[in-house]
Formats: sequence, structure tokens, C-alpha cells
Amino acid sequence: MNRQVRRVGVVLALMFVALFGMASSIQVLRSGELYADSRNVRASYETYKVQRGVILVSGTPIVDSFAVNDDYRFLREYESVIYSPITGYFSIFSGSTGIERAMNTYLSGQSSAQFFEQINALLDGTPVTGAAVELTIDPDIQRAAWDALGNRKGAVVAIEPSTGRILAMVSKPTFDANLLAGHSYGEVIDAYQNYAEDPDDPLINRTIAGDLYHPGSVFKLVIAAAALESGLFTATSEFENLELYRLPGTQTYVQNASRTTCGTGETVTLETALARSCNIPFAMLAVELGEDRIRAQAELMGFGDSLEIPLEVTPSIYPSGMSLSEVGLTGFGQFDVRVTPLQMAMVTSAIANQGVIMKPQLISSVVASNLNVLSQPVPSVLSSPISRETAGYLTRMMVDSVELGIAGRAGISQVAVAGKTGTAENGPTDPYTLWFTGFAPAEAPQIVVSVVVEDGGGIGQNGTGNQIAAPIAKAVLEAALK
Amino acid sequence: MSNLSLTSAIPNLIKAVPRSRNFEAMLIFWVSGIHAFALAQIQLSVLQVMTWDMLLYWAPPTLAAMIVHWVLRRYAIKADGLMLPLAFLLNGLGIAMIYRLDLAELANGGNDLFAMRQVWLSCFAMLIAAIVIRVIPDHLTLRRFPFVAGLAAVVLLLLPAAPVIGRTVNGATLWVGTGELSFQPGEIAKILLAIFFAGYLVSRQGSLAEIGSRVLGVRVPRAKDLGPILLFWLASLGVLVVQRDLGTSILYFGLFLVMIYTATGRGFYVAAGLVMMVTGALVASRFFGYVESRFDSWLDPFNSANYNAAGGSYQLVQGLFGMANGDVIGTGLGGGFPQLIPLAESDFIFAALGEELGLAGVFVILSIYLLLVYRGLRIANSHPDDFSKLLALGLAFVIGLQVFVVAGGVMGLLPLTGLTTPFLAAGGSSLLANWSIIALLLIISDSSLRSNR
Repeated sequence: MNRQVRRVGVVLALMFVALFGMASSIQVLRSGELYADSRNVRASYETYKVQRGVILVSGTPIVDSFAVNDDYRFLREYESVIYSPITGYFSIFSGSTGIERAMNTYLSGQSSAQFFEQINALLDGTPVTGAAVELTIDPDIQRAAWDALGNRKGAVVAIEPSTGRILAMVSKPTFDANLLAGHSYGEVIDAYQNYAEDPDDPLINRTIAGDLYHPGSVFKLVIAAAALESGLFTATSEFENLELYRLPGTQTYVQNASRTTCGTGETVTLETALARSCNIPFAMLAVELGEDRIRAQAELMGFGDSLEIPLEVTPSIYPSGMSLSEVGLTGFGQFDVRVTPLQMAMVTSAIANQGVIMKPQLISSVVASNLNVLSQPVPSVLSSPISRETAGYLTRMMVDSVELGIAGRAGISQVAVAGKTGTAENGPTDPYTLWFTGFAPAEAPQIVVSVVVEDGGGIGQNGTGNQIAAPIAKAVLEAALK
Repeated sequence: MSNLSLTSAIPNLIKAVPRSRNFEAMLIFWVSGIHAFALAQIQLSVLQVMTWDMLLYWAPPTLAAMIVHWVLRRYAIKADGLMLPLAFLLNGLGIAMIYRLDLAELANGGNDLFAMRQVWLSCFAMLIAAIVIRVIPDHLTLRRFPFVAGLAAVVLLLLPAAPVIGRTVNGATLWVGTGELSFQPGEIAKILLAIFFAGYLVSRQGSLAEIGSRVLGVRVPRAKDLGPILLFWLASLGVLVVQRDLGTSILYFGLFLVMIYTATGRGFYVAAGLVMMVTGALVASRFFGYVESRFDSWLDPFNSANYNAAGGSYQLVQGLFGMANGDVIGTGLGGGFPQLIPLAESDFIFAALGEELGLAGVFVILSIYLLLVYRGLRIANSHPDDFSKLLALGLAFVIGLQVFVVAGGVMGLLPLTGLTTPFLAAGGSSLLANWSIIALLLIISDSSLRSNR
């Protein structure tokens, strides 16, 4: 029987030899191929082991990574919540957003531009570190915008019109990215759940995304631009000065915000209508221009296009297939017109920059850890939606609007401020959306600012754009002109 | 020349391993030290600090192993000196890996923990082993009840299919249980089957080995002697149908084949058995969807249809990713991501160890198993009594075959089955059965020297 026992031993030995062979095949021969399989998340886990690059504002880090003693090696730290909507967060357990996401390949040292650094790292063992990303944000303007918005829900975006550089980008309420960048799964998931379930959507950057806003009267800038560009109207074109205007084909009446005529006189000019922000002449104007002309103008200004700054910007909407009465409502930014604050800042910067919109940009430069500049976006023209003349007329009208007092609360002594307010309705009893968009100094614009305040700034249907949004814009303009 | 001297040296080398209990005590001490190092490395790597918690996972199994050692000293002093330390080494390594997975689970905010339970189940299993050694002074008594053992085995095998207490987990009906308690009777059944086969085959050795007629030059046993093998083949297929688990079926049939071959020396049984086993498996894959999908996942695990299918190859592929990440020397305990593999603490603990200990660790673990199995074969080889020989061979082979089926399944060499990795995987039934096997082998090895006297 011992002969059989020995043979069984040989069979068992062969079985184990097969196991040894299989293990060698998996762990040596095929290990590279298995490691690289896209379904193997281990490779992405390894990226946490790279010291992520810093995010800078005016040379000072606002986001940095520090070595810690755990599996993930480095803890991401966010200096201040005022930058959260821009930087987003980099979370091990719940993904990433904002600049952290858009610039991930640079920040994590994986960009092709860092190829030689990666090779060096392989050869001499020095770990790759991520590249630093410098933002175009001006910390003083950002801080001023943050403070001025106070506890209200809303957003502020400021642009340098001649370059498209974004100087401030504030969105409230926001989130503490440190809570999402932690290394405790339970805490991060809890914090994320809280933010995700919050009805105020603190994770959204309201300047470029979210549900978008009714523009209200700030949209009159687009209508006026379309009118002047059409060649059918001039700044002095006259409209019948009515107290009530019946939208064509309906029994629906439109009123001016003043509940009366637009100033005195039988007729009212386009420039007066814009400066006084009257609804009736703009409803008439929209009906006369028609949906197609208005949309063509809006699209030249960026409506309908998604944009990468490099954050993704939700396209603003000018609806199509409307009835004439609905077109009339869009004349003062109601019906289904939906915009981002950044889109309104782009419209405004076309006026401020003599008809040319520069592509909005958040990135100033990307610098590798060896101080090589990897990327430095140069200002580029996005579009030229209006002529220099049209821009001039519209600037005049906006300056009047501030001087006449309709947008007067944005006025700064010794400085010509151009501005346009908006008070958009959202429903019969819903609080208003309050707007201001403008620039200063009018003769040589340094900064464009767009402000939106949700929920009527907390006072329902009692607030106006001038009352609540304009002072916020003023604070931002002052910080920029200081 | 040197080859010849080497091959003749190996048996001498094996014989040279002392059966001294002092040597065993030394090894237990050393193995216990390895466990302590493993736990310390895990704590330092995952928690960055060492805590007193470590003692909870280290001390109880060491104490239990010492108790088994003490019982051997008292009641089976001539027993093999390597088996206990080897099994204890694997057991503690399993606890360390399960503890490491617990830490990952805690870090992820979960509380599905297994290590503490595994510690106490290991102690329980080792104490049962000690009791088995104490109360079965002579394993030859087992020879008297082959049919009782056989019947008990059949009852245990059918239990999971019984109403109320039967349970189906991941498609396999392998469990019985009420509430929190659950048990895999099939694990114990394999011991009873080995006892049954050994008793039955020793009594029928002569007639089964008798030469029948020649058909096409092959010596075929008489028809009536073919009865048992056909019967057991059908029973194995029955297990496959009732329990829906290919592994258990292969394990029992393989055990049967090896034992009947050893008892009779007739290669015919093995050849016929293998043909029947392959036929059975192919037929089953035609008729049973679960066997077919297992086969698909095995043959083409990276196909995204199989990968994404419920119960498909996801787990297998994640296990392969883990092992690949381990490379030659592994990520080190606490350095990999074994928590990404589903059921890493039980069915896939082999892959988890492969990731963190690397190919080197896999070779060591497989070598420990091989050494353990070879100690069992050596006991069979050297025992003068045929029943003891057969039983020792059967018990040793069943461990070896189970490791082959499980590790082969995890590495994609064989279709994946529901068998457990002996001594390593979380689970009480498996620990209890395998420690009982060790206890029986130790008793047999003790008796072999005693009867040699």
C-alpha cells in the first residue's frame, strides 16, 4: 500500500507545482498588465501618495498638502472657505470638484508636461510632486465680495474686462473643503451627505452652475445690444409710453416696475428706457426684434455655449420656439431665460471692453516643482458680439442708470460707474432674485462685477436689485479701484 | 549520483525530524513570535502605533496551542512534532490578516468585524482537538463503526437542504443554522467520510482489488465491485445538485478515488473516476445555470459581461488585481488594499495574503500546507496497520485537495468553489474540522510508534 501512498504524494506535489506556477504567472508575469487594468483602482489609490501641488492666490498658498502618518500620506488643507467654490475639494472618498478636479493632472504630477520629472523620479527615487496652480483671483477683491455678500444666498463674480481674468468668484452658502478632504471615511461621508442633502446646495458654485437664475432687467442689456446691432433702432428710437401694455395675442398685461409710465411724455427713447429700466418699452422692443434676432445676439455673447475656465460653466439659456407674448416677456428677462452670473459678467464686459469679450480665465500659471512654467494661459478673444459704437451707447445708458438713481447705490464719488440692476420674479409669491451688473471706471474699465442675491435677500418681494445687490457691487468696485 | 543520494536523503531527513515534544514546544514559541511580529507590523502600518489590543489577538491562540501541546505530552507523547506548529502558524497568520482587514473596515467606518470571533473560534477548535486527543486513546475503535460514520456523513450532507435550518449563501446550500449561529456540516462530513471509506475499503480490500475480465486489454473489475464507485459517483452528483457547490462535490469524490486507489492499487478506479468526474461536471454545466456561469467566469474572467454579471467574475478579478499588486515581495502587511476584494476575510483570504506577502509569502504558505500534508502522508506510510494508513492518507489528502481547489479557484486555475482555505479563512466549521483532522493525524502518528514497539 505504501507504493500507492507515495504515488498520491507525487500527485499532490504536482497539484502544488501547478499552484506555484499559477501564482508566479499572476504575481510576476502578468502583474504589470493586471495592475494597469482600468478596473483596478489600486493605481488611483497610489496617486494619493503623491504630494499634491499647491493652489496659490497672488503668490500665497490657499490650498496645500501636508505629510501625515497614515495610508494616504498627505492631508489636503484649505486655508479659507471663501475660496471653496473655486478650488472645490479633493476627497479620497467622495471624488473631487472645482480646480482640484479640472487641474488634477497638473496638481497630481501626472500631466505629460511633467514627463521628465516622472522619469527622474523613477531613476533617482525622488518622489514626483504636483505642480503649483496660481489663480487669477485677487485676494482683496475676493475678500471684499465675500464680506459684502454677508449672510445672503447668492454669488459675486468679477472680471478684468481687457483680459478675461477672473478677479473674484464668491458663492454662498458654501462648504468647508477640509471636512471632505479628511482621511476618516465615516466623517467624510457624513459631511458630504450633510452638504449634498442641504436644500441650499452649498456644494454648488453659483457663479457658473446650479439651477441658473432668471436675469430680470439685467437681460435688457442683451435686448438693447440686439436692437442697436440690428440697425433697426438707435439709442434715440422712440416707443409709445404706456402705463399698461397688453402682450400680443393674450389678455396678459405688462407694467413698469414704477406701476406708471416711463417718465413723462408721449414717447420714451431706448436710452431712457434702459437707464430707467422700464419693462414696457423692452417688451415692445423684444416683440419687434423677434426671438431669432435676440437669440443670435445672446449666443454671440456666449449663451448656449459651455465654457471651461477651466471649471465647467453651465450654458445660459435663451429659449426657442416661443410665442410673441413669451418673446415680449423675455424683453425684461422673464419667462424661461436662465443665466449664470458669469454669463451676465461676460455680457457686461463686452460693453466695458469696446465690444469684445475676452475668454474668462481662472488660471494665471502652472509651475512645476522645479520651477518650470508648465502652462500660462494668454488672454484670448472669445467673441466680438457688438460694435464699439454699440458698446459706447450702452456704457452711456448704464452710467445714466447709476447717476439717475435707478442703480444709484452702486455709485462711487469721483468715479463714473456703469451699472444695471435687475429684480427678477420667480413666481407669484416667490421671493425675487436681485441683480446688479456693472463696471468702473466707465471711461477706462478695470473691473466688471456681477452680483446676484437669491431669495430677495431675505426680504421676499420687498427688496430691489438697487437696494440689495448694488451696494455689494459697490464694495467690490471700491476694493478693485483702491 | 548526487541525485540518488539526495532522494535517499529526503526520507532520512524527514525521519530525522524529532518527535520530541520539546522540539514542538520550541516551534510553538517561535511561531507565536511570528504571529506577534505580524500583528505588530499591521498595527504599526495601519495605526502607526502599537496598542495592547494586540495581546487579545495573540495570547489566546498561543495559550490554546500550548494546551494542545500539553495534552499531547500527557496522552500522545510520540505524536508527530511538526503538525501542531505548522497548523498553528497558518491559523495565526489567518487571524493576523483578518485583523488587518478589520482595521481597514473600521477605517472605512464599517463594523463588520471578524478577527475577535476568529480568535475565539480558533481557541475553541484547538480545545476540541485537545479533547479529541484525550478521549480517543485508540483510533482503531473508529474502525468498528464505518457505516455509522457513513450514515452520519450522509445526514450531515443533507442537513443544509432540510427545511427551517437549511441556509443558502451565495447560491450554495452549505449551511445550517438558527439566528446568529450557523454551521457548515460538510466540513465535518469530510472526516466522517474518510473514516467510513477507510473502514469499508479495508474490509473489502481483497474483493475490490481482484482481477476481473479484460476488456480491450484493460483489466476491469467485476460488475458487483463497480457498484460502490458508481454509487458514490451518483452521491457526489447528488451533493452537487442538492448543495449547488462544485467544490464539495469534487472534494468528496477526489477523496473517495484516492482512498479506493490506495486500498486496491488499481489505477482503473482512478481512470474511470476521473472520466466520470469530468463527464459529471460537463453534464452539470449543461443542466445547471449556476455551474455554467461559474465555468464562464472561470474561462473568461476579464470579459466585461462576466465581470459585471451578478455572481460573475468580479470577485475573482479583484483577487487577481490584489495578488498582482503584491508582486514578488508583497506590499507588506498593512500596505496593500486587500479590503477591495469581496470576502477577503474568508473565501479570498489567499488573495489577500498574496497581495500583502507577495509571491514569496504565497510560496511559503503553500509550502507550509505541502509540508503539513506530507507529514500526514508520512504517517500513512509508516503506520503498520492498513486502516490507520488509509485514514491518515485520506485525512492528509483532503487538506491538500481542499487547498488545491480553493487556491486554484482564487487564482483562476479551476472554477471558483465555496470551499474554505484550511486554517486561514474566517469561519468556525472549517477551523473545527481541520483541527479535528490534525488531532486524528496526531493520534494515528502516536499509535504508529507505540505499535512499532
